[in-house]
Amino acid sequence: MYDFDYLRASSVTEAVAAVGGTDNGRFLAGGMTLVPALKQRLASPSLLVDLRDIEHLRGLTIDGTSLDVGAMTTHAAVEESVEVGRAVPVLAALAATIGDPQVRNRGTIGGSIANNDPAADYPAAALGLGATIITDRRGITSDTFFAGMFDTALQPNELIIAVNFPIPHRAGYAKFRQPASRYALVAVLVACTSAGVRVAVTGASPCVFRHIAMEEALEENFSPRALNNIDIDAAELISDMHGSSAYRAHLVRVLAQRAVAAAR
Amino acid sequence: MIAVEMTVNGQPAAANVEARTLLVDFLRDHLKLTGTHRGCDTSQCGACVVHLDGRSIKACTLLAVQASGSKVLTIEGVAPGTTLHPLQEALREHHGLQCGFCTPWVVMSALDLLQRRPDPTEQQIRDWLEGNLCRCTGYSGITRAIATAAATGTTRSDNS
Repeated sequence: MYDFDYLRASSVTEAVAAVGGTDNGRFLAGGMTLVPALKQRLASPSLLVDLRDIEHLRGLTIDGTSLDVGAMTTHAAVEESVEVGRAVPVLAALAATIGDPQVRNRGTIGGSIANNDPAADYPAAALGLGATIITDRRGITSDTFFAGMFDTALQPNELIIAVNFPIPHRAGYAKFRQPASRYALVAVLVACTSAGVRVAVTGASPCVFRHIAMEEALEENFSPRALNNIDIDAAELISDMHGSSAYRAHLVRVLAQRAVAAAR
Repeated sequence: MIAVEMTVNGQPAAANVEARTLLVDFLRDHLKLTGTHRGCDTSQCGACVVHLDGRSIKACTLLAVQASGSKVLTIEGVAPGTTLHPLQEALREHHGLQCGFCTPWVVMSALDLLQRRPDPTEQQIRDWLEGNLCRCTGYSGITRAIATAAATGTTRSDNS
């Protein structure tokens, strides 16, 4: 790991200004991806701005129609929250599948979404539930936030403050874990929302995506059987040592059906 | 160099370190607390698990500066002197270790589980052990030991 400067910011304003004042400074949330990337010299920022002391980036707020998850809220906090379990059970269940207990004690929703790993869980939650990503300067709908592999609509020193999830009528998440990394080989989140049915797929392609044909089929008939004849195009999907694109295409349908069956 | 200060096993600890110093190296090299092991160094094996403000974390994936101002509990702080913690007793009783390299994580990780779920099911114990590798025991002895320690109900450590 190359050395770097370290600053513990006490406010969002301070953090944003500090990263903005450098060429390649980075925000540091839980560090579950960034610290390994530093160790492998895949990242070599001149400055890390640690967000841990900014108290209002942490926490869960539920009103009648939506759930706000602060960017520095850990996966463990989401998983263990009785309120989340009651209001958006799919989110608590999804958080419980991330990594392992020690990773969930450190990893944060803001870090996961900003990183936009092609096989991460939270991007599927944000896109599938139609979340809005609240930053220090604007709100970004999930439909425009996830721009490509490890790429988002965030500007270089733009900081995620919270993720706002509209509470769905019902939703389910089904994940086929890559057993060594515990990332999704493929995972699908299906949600009935006030804006219609949404289907988000992670792990299968370079960036989380919505499957519109599945959404239309489920809009007519919200049952696993409705997906029997949907065409899943393998051409756009990832092929690697863990699974061919044809295998992933198969998983997309099976997991979408399981997510529908699990929806509550 | 950056000044870090934290409470480790109830004692204040302070040093000037490079920002890139990992917590596991700070504990081992600066404080000579070598019970926390550096195993895979990639967050996979869990040999470096310690508690940070009461929660188990992997010390190979945390910078020492990130822990500054926090309370850290390592395997050395779990039981006083030569007395064994009830969980350590149970691991001995149930053959929950062989080479012993991973045993610090077993103890630190399981204490975190038992603080949150004082009466876990076998499945909950096995799920919890994910992300922590033991190449000797096959986990059955570890699982039995944690269940036994839970049954005694004396699993809270004083320093966490």
